[in-house]
Amino acid sequence: MEGLLALAAGVLYAAGIYLMLRRRLAQLIIGLGLLSNGTNLLIFSAGGLTRARPPVVPDGASALVAPYADPVPQALVLTAIVIGFGLTAFSLVLAHRVHATVGSDDVDDVGREG
Amino acid sequence: MIGFIVSPFVVAILGGWLLRRLPHRAAILAVWPAFLALLLANEMRSALSGGGRLVEVPWAPSLGLSLAFNLDALGLLFAILITGVGALVVLYASRYLEGHAQTSRFYASLFAFMGAMLGVVLSDNILTLFVFWELTGFTSYLLIGFEHERAAARTAAIQALIVTGAGGLALLAAGVLLSDVAGTTHLSAMVPARASIVASPFYAAIAGLILLAAFTKSAQFPFHFWLPNAMEAPTPVSAYLHSATMVKAGVYFIARMTPALGSTPLWTTAVTLAGAATMVVGAYRAVQETDLKRILAYSTISALGVLTMLLGVGTHAAIVAALVYLVAHAGYKGALFLVAGAIDHEAGTRDISALAGLRRMMPITAVAGGAAAISMAGVPLTLGFVGKDGAYEALLSANDWFPWLLVLIVVASILLGIAGLLAGVVPFRGDVASVKEVHEPAWPLWLPPLVLATSGVVVGIVPSVLNEPISAAATAIGGESVDVSLRAWHGVTPALPLSVLTLAAVGLGYMVHEALRNRTWTPPYGTEGVYNGVLSALDTVSRTIGPALHSASLRTYVMVIVVTSVLIGGSVLITDPALGSALPRTSIAAHDVLIVFLIIAGAVATTFARSTMAAVLSLGAVGYGVAMTFLSFGAPDLAMTQFSVETLTVLIYVLVFRHFRGLGPLSARLIRVRDGVIAAGTGLFIGSLLLSVATTDTAPGLREYFAEFGPTLGHGRNIVNVILVDFRAFDTLGEITVLATAALGVRGMLRFAADGHSHGGVRPVSSPIFRTAARLLMPLLLLFAVFLLLRGHNEPGGGFVGGLVSAAAFALYATAFGVQRARQALLVRPLTLLGTGLLLALVSGLPAVLRGQPFLTASWMPGRIALGTPVLFDLGVFLVVAGVGLMMIFSLAEES
Repeated sequence: MEGLLALAAGVLYAAGIYLMLRRRLAQLIIGLGLLSNGTNLLIFSAGGLTRARPPVVPDGASALVAPYADPVPQALVLTAIVIGFGLTAFSLVLAHRVHATVGSDDVDDVGREG
Repeated sequence: MIGFIVSPFVVAILGGWLLRRLPHRAAILAVWPAFLALLLANEMRSALSGGGRLVEVPWAPSLGLSLAFNLDALGLLFAILITGVGALVVLYASRYLEGHAQTSRFYASLFAFMGAMLGVVLSDNILTLFVFWELTGFTSYLLIGFEHERAAARTAAIQALIVTGAGGLALLAAGVLLSDVAGTTHLSAMVPARASIVASPFYAAIAGLILLAAFTKSAQFPFHFWLPNAMEAPTPVSAYLHSATMVKAGVYFIARMTPALGSTPLWTTAVTLAGAATMVVGAYRAVQETDLKRILAYSTISALGVLTMLLGVGTHAAIVAALVYLVAHAGYKGALFLVAGAIDHEAGTRDISALAGLRRMMPITAVAGGAAAISMAGVPLTLGFVGKDGAYEALLSANDWFPWLLVLIVVASILLGIAGLLAGVVPFRGDVASVKEVHEPAWPLWLPPLVLATSGVVVGIVPSVLNEPISAAATAIGGESVDVSLRAWHGVTPALPLSVLTLAAVGLGYMVHEALRNRTWTPPYGTEGVYNGVLSALDTVSRTIGPALHSASLRTYVMVIVVTSVLIGGSVLITDPALGSALPRTSIAAHDVLIVFLIIAGAVATTFARSTMAAVLSLGAVGYGVAMTFLSFGAPDLAMTQFSVETLTVLIYVLVFRHFRGLGPLSARLIRVRDGVIAAGTGLFIGSLLLSVATTDTAPGLREYFAEFGPTLGHGRNIVNVILVDFRAFDTLGEITVLATAALGVRGMLRFAADGHSHGGVRPVSSPIFRTAARLLMPLLLLFAVFLLLRGHNEPGGGFVGGLVSAAAFALYATAFGVQRARQALLVRPLTLLGTGLLLALVSGLPAVLRGQPFLTASWMPGRIALGTPVLFDLGVFLVVAGVGLMMIFSLAEES
């Protein structure tokens, strides 16, 4: 299973980087979105995979009963997801403003205007 | 006592306020340094009877940083000079700068300098000494550039800052090495550690860096060039910083470090030679100038050279001579600068070839100038004589190559004597040159130089008053007890013929001073040329490298970063033996294959999509695929968060992308192939990295810690949530602040564009089925959001996902009925939600602070139901996330 997820993360990175190297503003941001997803998957899987045992203490127990999924990467990824949302929204609107101001969605035109 | 040491900083702050109330009473500011001088003199008395004392206040003990002050005779001697001369200079400046529009800026810088300088000479901690040292350089920069509308003042200020600032960095490096080698940051504790410091392999580096700092600060050759240029400062500043105090910081530092570092061949040779070279170069250049202040600046350089050289020689006699010379120099040179300022103020010029006969109009100033000049020339019965004579004696009794130094110091003393007469006598003697109508200045302009100059004569007659403090200060430098018995007349000693010779030569040289100035060789190229050369070379280098590195093309940056990381990371990874033998640990289930296929297919479709909508939908598929992965590997919290984020993100994409055209390729085919290769390489690297990491055992520790203490300390069974709102709550607070900032940025950008006009925005969906569904679903979704929030501490859920779901509920309502109706249904503005949430999160951290615990430490109420500050914190997170989502969606949808 690690191999499959490694494949998925690798494809997400490759697609994300390829899109970030494009000239269109929209593709730049979409690439960023793919890259965030790839990174979240990377951090999550790097902590080790455990099937279907959430880090929640069962009723009656006083501590987690092994084996359980590592809560630390989960806490990291959870905030990363929400921050990624803020980042995506901000860069989308920024791209939109640049597009409206410069009148082009070609990143190379932005430099020329500046 | 520490309060008094830092009190000039307080005056620096309050002084401006006081001056606005009493614009013509700046002179009263002089009262404070005068009081401090008396206080320090009293401290000196107790230091002489009972030895110095250490005062220490911890600052950051973990960094070895403390406000430690050593009130011994050496430091106090400097401190008394700093405050005493400071009081006179402030009094002088009150008249000199009267009517200037920005005097409060001047006094603020001057008093800040005074506090910093006291810090330098009294600090016992090398790190705080560094801070104060840099602060003197910075305030000096402000004061040299006080008349910043003149380009020359700006250039000189920057030059002084660069030269002394470079020395300051050397001091920092030396301090780090030294505290590591000596095992202490306290200067007083380094003296006992001397043996291990000198034996350390770093000794040469430490000594070199310390001396570099001292030489730049004290304008030693070849770094001396900044000091004459610093004469762009108002004259009171030149008298105070660039003659009496700041430039002596380097000399002080050499003296202070001598017991711990000195008396080695390296130290002695470097200090002696630099001092001797500076002494000769400065004295020679002094008599070639016609500008009063430049004459004095070069002679100051020379005097600093004398002091450095004497400290380098390092015998007891030399140390005592250096200290007497230092006190004498502060008196006469300060006086001559102030006299020069008074002449400039009254006659409008500082050029000695244009000045003559001023003694008739400015008799008191003339007395001050004359008295200072004879002390500088070393006429008997002045302190200047005692100092110079002591230096001669010290070099006569020393051996080795000191005879050569004796020749050099006699030559320098002759030239310095001539320079003193040029500055203190030439403008006053001879016939009247009608420059303009000249009067005796007001008393604040003649009293300070008169006090400084006559004190040199008075103390010169009874120099024994200095015996005790000089002896104690010399003991601090020399390490052993040094007896001092200064006398006005030494009787017939070997130094006497030299003194007579010096005086005769001064007299002779004074008669032919014009020839000395005009017919002597001037070096065509100084060390300032080297400085300028280095600066312009740096300029050229950055102008060449800059555009090459900063192409201003985002894609180039991305490419460089990615390729570099992959190459470096890949070269490490490829040598990892575990890579080839990695064995999967988790079996593959059928639905996993489907999920991974969804992710990969989505990513490929996104990459090659020709329309924005197709790209957004494929991107959404990727997001849902990732969420399902979370779900199948024990992370329901992540899955829920990812599902709700993905929904809101797609909505925002759609709202923005309606403005964009298609996504047809812009780049040439070859470039797309190149980018494809880079991208594929990155993917390969990340995939291999993940494979190697995920199949390696992770170090236990954190996981077990949270698993054990989550339920007991955190009062919660959902460990992820406990980490977010309790163990790592401070991180989370930072993250919701980032989110809030992003949302405000979105709102700001859209408002700025809208210019206050609303154009109605996106039209709602008018389908009755959709509207009915939305009306029914919204309250259910909201209820679910609250449910998620409440149970989040024990079951999957929490503030993040709850906030997202509630934002989604209102987004759904807005899609059906328009933003206007959704805003009405919300009752409060998204901004209010966001602000309240941040406030709640902050407030939940306060009870801990009140109890003296770290911010955001959880407090729980006793009882069966778990009620504690983390619950409040999670509510704050909920409100912020909901506010952020709504603010973004509403502002985007309202935009036309």
